[in-house]
Amino acid sequence: MISLVINHAKDRPASHDNDEGPLYAGRQKIFPNAVHGKFRRIKTALLIVTLGIYYFLPFVRWDRGPDAPGQAVLVDFAHQRFYFFFIEIWPQEVYYITGLLILAALALFLMNAVGGRVWCGYLCPQTVWTDLFLAVERFVEGDRRSRIRLENAPWSVAKLIRRSVKHTIWLAIAWWTGGAWVLYFADAPTLVHQLATLTAPPMAWIWIGILTATTYTLAGHMREQVCTYMCPWPRIQAALTDEDALTVTYRYDRGEPRGHYKKNEALRLAGLPAGDCVDCFQCLHACPTGVDIRDGNQLACVNCGLCVDACDSVMTKLNRPTGLIAYDNDANIRRRLAGEKEVRRIVRPRTILYAGLILFVAGIMAFALGTREVSGISVLHDRNPVYIRLSDGTIRNGYTLRLLNKLGTEARFALSVTGLNGAEIEAVGIAETESGRPVVMVRPDQTQEVRLLVTYRDELPPQASIRIGIVATPVSGGEAAIAYDYFKGP
Amino acid sequence: MAHDDKPGVDQVTGRETTGHEWDGIRELNTPLPRWWLWTLYATIVWAVGYWIFYPAWPLVTSYTTGVSGWMTRTAVEDSIAELHAIRGETGKKIISAGLSEIENTPDLLSYARAQGKAAFATNCATCHGSGASGAVGYPNLNDDDWLWGGTLDQIATTIRHGVRSADQKAHSGVMLPFGRTGMLQRPQVDLVVDYVRSLSGLEVRAGSDLPAGAAIFKQNCASCHGDDGKGKRDTGAPNLTDVIWLYGSSREDVFQSVWNGRGGVMPNWQGRLDEATIKSLAVYVHTLGGGE
Ligand code: SF4
Ligand code: SF4
Repeated sequence: MISLVINHAKDRPASHDNDEGPLYAGRQKIFPNAVHGKFRRIKTALLIVTLGIYYFLPFVRWDRGPDAPGQAVLVDFAHQRFYFFFIEIWPQEVYYITGLLILAALALFLMNAVGGRVWCGYLCPQTVWTDLFLAVERFVEGDRRSRIRLENAPWSVAKLIRRSVKHTIWLAIAWWTGGAWVLYFADAPTLVHQLATLTAPPMAWIWIGILTATTYTLAGHMREQVCTYMCPWPRIQAALTDEDALTVTYRYDRGEPRGHYKKNEALRLAGLPAGDCVDCFQCLHACPTGVDIRDGNQLACVNCGLCVDACDSVMTKLNRPTGLIAYDNDANIRRRLAGEKEVRRIVRPRTILYAGLILFVAGIMAFALGTREVSGISVLHDRNPVYIRLSDGTIRNGYTLRLLNKLGTEARFALSVTGLNGAEIEAVGIAETESGRPVVMVRPDQTQEVRLLVTYRDELPPQASIRIGIVATPVSGGEAAIAYDYFKGP
Repeated sequence: MAHDDKPGVDQVTGRETTGHEWDGIRELNTPLPRWWLWTLYATIVWAVGYWIFYPAWPLVTSYTTGVSGWMTRTAVEDSIAELHAIRGETGKKIISAGLSEIENTPDLLSYARAQGKAAFATNCATCHGSGASGAVGYPNLNDDDWLWGGTLDQIATTIRHGVRSADQKAHSGVMLPFGRTGMLQRPQVDLVVDYVRSLSGLEVRAGSDLPAGAAIFKQNCASCHGDDGKGKRDTGAPNLTDVIWLYGSSREDVFQSVWNGRGGVMPNWQGRLDEATIKSLAVYVHTLGGGE
């Protein structure tokens, strides 16, 4: 149990005696310093890769034949198709999307179990775009010091020019971000041409507008506020994490007591306790969310490791071992303080479970994708009436079939019924037959509804319910699709 | 909450507290971000604007209508108009195409079946049932027994003009109340009922005189139902030799038909439904499976 002893009488400022405090706090602007190091390089590499994919993927072509779109990744709302390279998803197959979402959630859990909020620090779109916008800011206005100077300087022509250049580049990136988004929903080169000639559909302009505005606001102005105030993930993450997860940690066992470098050096020579932290604030200044990691693990930290890089360069200059701030956890600090060996347990029940579940779900999805049919049939029995007695006393059942053709070419299916010998079938409105079986044509990449009537002339047992199979055999050969239902009698 | 609700400064963090205390834990004063507060104010302004522009406040018998003139009713009308515009294209093709042409063109067929099904549910299902399976006195439209003919054109004609309706061209013809009006005496009616039931293989009263029944039938019924009892479509007289009985096949049911007569009514739909809907209905009914 933690007990806090607070002497309020002593500390209470006089001015607050009858005052509830301010209603709001203005945002403290953060001016992150540029850093160099291992984690900065990883972040930059990921930034280039993820943004590269996002901005250019719509231009990748994929040949699917003359009647299908030639774009590798395309969400085709008009025709209700989703194309992803060799995969084509139909509306009735949205469970693949569900599967992907489950995979994404599990991957997030796994990342969290291994490295805390690493998703936030390296891959979250909010982080990636903020990082890009910061790079622009640095390029135009200089690094931390000169940005602060510019911020505090009175308005002048020079300041105005710098600020306008920055915002113009920001808006251009934001615009390109919105532009790339709509390219996923239409043929990219065509749409680019339409955008250039101002003939694009209004929907495209609206979405580009929305995404330009959100990108500009969120990445340019809101930044870390999105992560601390708006995003639910830090709260969920805090409930999911355990003490083995590697989070960016200030190793206070090594750093404290902090103090001036020369003074600490002297203390160390004298055999007195002295920490490695020289209180240079490089870690704080590098942090894009304004966290002083030396205060301990906290909600606003996105685990990006930039403070690690910053401190490491300080330590290197001072000829001290690096890793004063590192991906570590409080459990290890406790162990070291207790004189035990530190442990890094990446492989543990939690991570094995998440990894196992990921493999399992991915396996199911791969299997389902690999074995799915190029044609299909679904059947719906008439409910009202369930059966019909014809004038000569024979019994007829009606069914609604839906035939599916996922091929890029037209397909013809001959219909037949199994399980009821001597049953006669008739497909309403279908004249073409082949050896007595009605032949239904289904256009490329389409479905076709057919009404099928099955008549049985022999005696049926009372309350008969006979399982029948309705078979659609491709006329040009290939595997037949079959759906099962019942033939009902009085 | 503690009694001491005065703000102070927390020693550990050095930050202000609100003075609120629960079980010895004091709340730090963490003010809202400024933008957050602005968002709140903006939503308040928005709400006020909304009250002014849109119907919002209930009054005793009505409501404030709002200055923008927006109404759910007009919004629905607009989307219906939009729907009609979208349907227009195929609707026009349905109007200009012949009925069998519609049935043989897959696109038109599925459109007509969909529209016909919807129109059937709203207009016809009350009598014929939601699946067109009928009821006593209301024909089942899925089977192959048709009083007035089951070809596409015959079905369309019946829908247009109705049966014994106000329409000049409606199907007409009546089953006379032979018993009630005294045209036949009770024993005669009994005899003819037996004869008629025998035509479709139903059991008759032991010892009934079928030839006598046949003679009565020939004299009184054959003019409408035909000499062989197979019915006639120009008078809507049902086929008495099949297993389908519109008013029931029990002896009592058939007796009632002969004694009191029959004459179901179907409204004429021309003028109430538009041409495309009538054609779609005809196609829909025809493709239920009983169509000839
Ligand atoms: S404290 Fe360090 S790891 Fe956390 S957000 Fe700041 S720079 Fe990144
Ligand atoms: S960068 Fe390292 S040395 Fe400098 S203040 Fe931070 S922890 Fe201390």
